[in-house]
Amino acid sequence: MMNGSSIAIAFEGAGLRLPDGRALLTELDLSIARGETLVLLGRSGSGKTTTLKLINRLLDPTEGRVLVEDKATTEWDPIRLRRRIGYVIQEVGLFPHFTIEENVAVVPRLEGWDPDRIQKRVRELLDLVGLDPARFAGRYPRELSGGQRQRVGVARALAADPPIMLLDEPFGALDPITRREIQEEFRSLQRRLGKTMVFVTHDVGEAFLLASRIALLKDGRVVLLGRPADFLASRDPEVVAFVSCLRGAAEVAAAP
Amino acid sequence: MNLWQFLSAHRAEVAQLTLEHLFLVAVSTGIAVLIGVPLGIALTRRPALSRPILGFANIMQTVPSLALFGFLIPLNIYLFHVRIIGGIGARTAIAALALYSLLPIIRNTFTGINGVDPAIREAGRGLGMTDRQLLLQVEVPLALGVIVAGIRVATVIAVGTATIAAAIDAGGLGRYIFRGLRMNDNTLILAGAVPAALLALAADFLLGAVEHSFGRGARRLNRRHAYVVLSAVVAAAAVIAVFTFHSGAARRIAVGSKDFTEQVILGEIVAQTIEARTGLPVERRFDLGGNLAHDALVAGEIDTYVEYTGTALTAILKLPPLSDAHEVFRRVKSEYAARFHVAWLEPFGFNNTFAILVRGDDAKKLGLKTISDVAKYAPKWRAGFGQDFVSRPDGYEGFVRAYGLKFAAVREMDLSLTYRALADGQVDVIAGNSTDGLIARLGLVQLEDDRRYFPPYDAVPVIREDTLRRAPEVGTALNALAGAISVDEMRRMNFAVDGDKRAPRDVAEEFLRRKKTAAGG
Ligand SMILES: Nc1ncnc2c1ncn2[C@@H]1O[C@H](COP(=O)(O)OP(=O)(O)OP(=O)(O)O)[C@@H](O)[C@H]1O
Ligand SMILES: [Mg+2]
Repeated sequence: MMNGSSIAIAFEGAGLRLPDGRALLTELDLSIARGETLVLLGRSGSGKTTTLKLINRLLDPTEGRVLVEDKATTEWDPIRLRRRIGYVIQEVGLFPHFTIEENVAVVPRLEGWDPDRIQKRVRELLDLVGLDPARFAGRYPRELSGGQRQRVGVARALAADPPIMLLDEPFGALDPITRREIQEEFRSLQRRLGKTMVFVTHDVGEAFLLASRIALLKDGRVVLLGRPADFLASRDPEVVAFVSCLRGAAEVAAAP
Repeated sequence: MNLWQFLSAHRAEVAQLTLEHLFLVAVSTGIAVLIGVPLGIALTRRPALSRPILGFANIMQTVPSLALFGFLIPLNIYLFHVRIIGGIGARTAIAALALYSLLPIIRNTFTGINGVDPAIREAGRGLGMTDRQLLLQVEVPLALGVIVAGIRVATVIAVGTATIAAAIDAGGLGRYIFRGLRMNDNTLILAGAVPAALLALAADFLLGAVEHSFGRGARRLNRRHAYVVLSAVVAAAAVIAVFTFHSGAARRIAVGSKDFTEQVILGEIVAQTIEARTGLPVERRFDLGGNLAHDALVAGEIDTYVEYTGTALTAILKLPPLSDAHEVFRRVKSEYAARFHVAWLEPFGFNNTFAILVRGDDAKKLGLKTISDVAKYAPKWRAGFGQDFVSRPDGYEGFVRAYGLKFAAVREMDLSLTYRALADGQVDVIAGNSTDGLIARLGLVQLEDDRRYFPPYDAVPVIREDTLRRAPEVGTALNALAGAISVDEMRRMNFAVDGDKRAPRDVAEEFLRRKKTAAGG
């Protein structure tokens, strides 16, 4: 299903307004190229998760439109659209009555893959996210730590090899050391897989490490869209506030 | 006889009634599950409907069971030529029990599915599950513990409620309970209640274990297993439905009775008379509670039963009481023909009315023959009356006015206790039932109603007109019983069953044999 355009996802004046008139997102204009990783950065409640849900049609925009592979989401069959988009949700949301193996296998099973191929794929993915299949495949989610569960969530989203990935704070529950290791692994994975990714975080360091470009959201609007270098140069107070967090941590550590 | 002796002596019957009971509970709960679970699921998809539907199920639970039976019996609802609702027997009992079971099942399905963590639901939708896939693979398996808890509550309620099914001849352990209440026999009541309680505990325990296994390590519902289980349930339900609902291909004469001793004896007399004189097969549908015998007759579920003229006039036709026996008989006869297409045959010859009773030695000593004779002694006498007599329109108040009586004291107590109280000298006059077996046994004397205050309650077989057209010999056979049963004979037969614990069937047979030899010479 390849086509000529180099744009994977585009927001064209997209907005989302609640029935009571409150705007959650206002006038979003963004294009995300194939193979690009866009990081959505912003404070809690700024509209990051909501932006992701417009892409896989868990929500429909009330103004403007959102295009995926040059077709408005409202014209996509939502099921077909979502099967092309891997989604790692913020709360992880593993199925508690499925084993780890069954959780990762959900989409391939829905797509009707044969069992041997599913099994092979599950082992491959568990290896990829650093979980030993022999130890973890047969466990239930409640038998895993929070960070391990998050990794299963990533494996589950990758299972059917979708061209687009939406990741909503996938590393939130990891300790800083593991988190850094995973981020490095993820970066090489990113290069190898060449997928289009939209990655949500409120950690500036993570954003700088993984982003091709960063979009900073505030109160449902894009305050700044640019490469990490543009970010450091900006004078916008919200940008400055975020960047100073990064500097602040380094300075506290460097102080005598 | 104590409970254990009774249970071991009637092992086979207890097992039979327990099986009938289980059958009622299993089929009704099964139907409630097949309706309630999909309905509960539908409500999670259309929450706007949840208020009216849960409200309806809630109200169903508060409808008294006899009222619900009375409403269901005249219905005629067919599904593929099989009558699924209406009439007396297991069919209607199952429909009523299923209605009672719906609420906990719908409610738990609804709340169980709504209680699934929204993040899990969102993950499923985000991965591209269709609504169906999300429901069957995620929501239902996760809600299964709560759904099974609802089924468990429904089952335990059904085990208890099914005892009332005996009121419409649907069988089960309620038969013992009703028979025991009627005969004032605690052993019989316990023989029904204890096994029913054990059944409830067993059902609670078993379903509790199932609930636990689903609630804890909730596993995925294997699709193949789910289909196997579902088809097994549906197949079983279909087989059972055909057996229950498609009964009685060959048309028999169905004889009914109300749910007290005298009625069961009269039902047996009627049934045995038809069998002996016409050779037609007879089906006995006895022990119908309240006015259900009348409902069943009008609905065509039974062909005949024995009614009392006064009851028909006031309780069924809702007409004011009349005291002239001939007048009452004429009224009910013409009203029944016009309203119900039901005919009154010839009266049996006894009147089951209120009987004003005194001790035999008082009657002899004071020369009491009529109620008017009591007026002189009343100011020094204590009277004992049942609650029913004190409250009904043709009872206490009109009675003392009609005879100008004023008692020293009036004690209100349970009717069955008044006889004993009179015999023991704790009261001096009571209002009993004229055919009660205890009257003769305790040496009591009935005083004549010389001012004709009490309305007549003559026992008369009533029969559907279409039955008479189809089998006129039934009418002829029953008219042979005209005037054949005196008050005294009825009292003796009642005592043979209540006092001597003999089977109504044997007592009726003996009576008919005696009549025959008397008639045949
Ligand atoms: N269904 C909803 N109804 C009403 N308001 C909503 C709804 N979903 C989100 N919001 C509001 O929209 C705003 C944006 O929410 P969103 O979940 O996109 O934030 P976020 O940037 O992902 O925050 P966080 O970093 O805390 O996850 C918040 O103010 C939130 O309260
Ligand atoms: Mg969020």
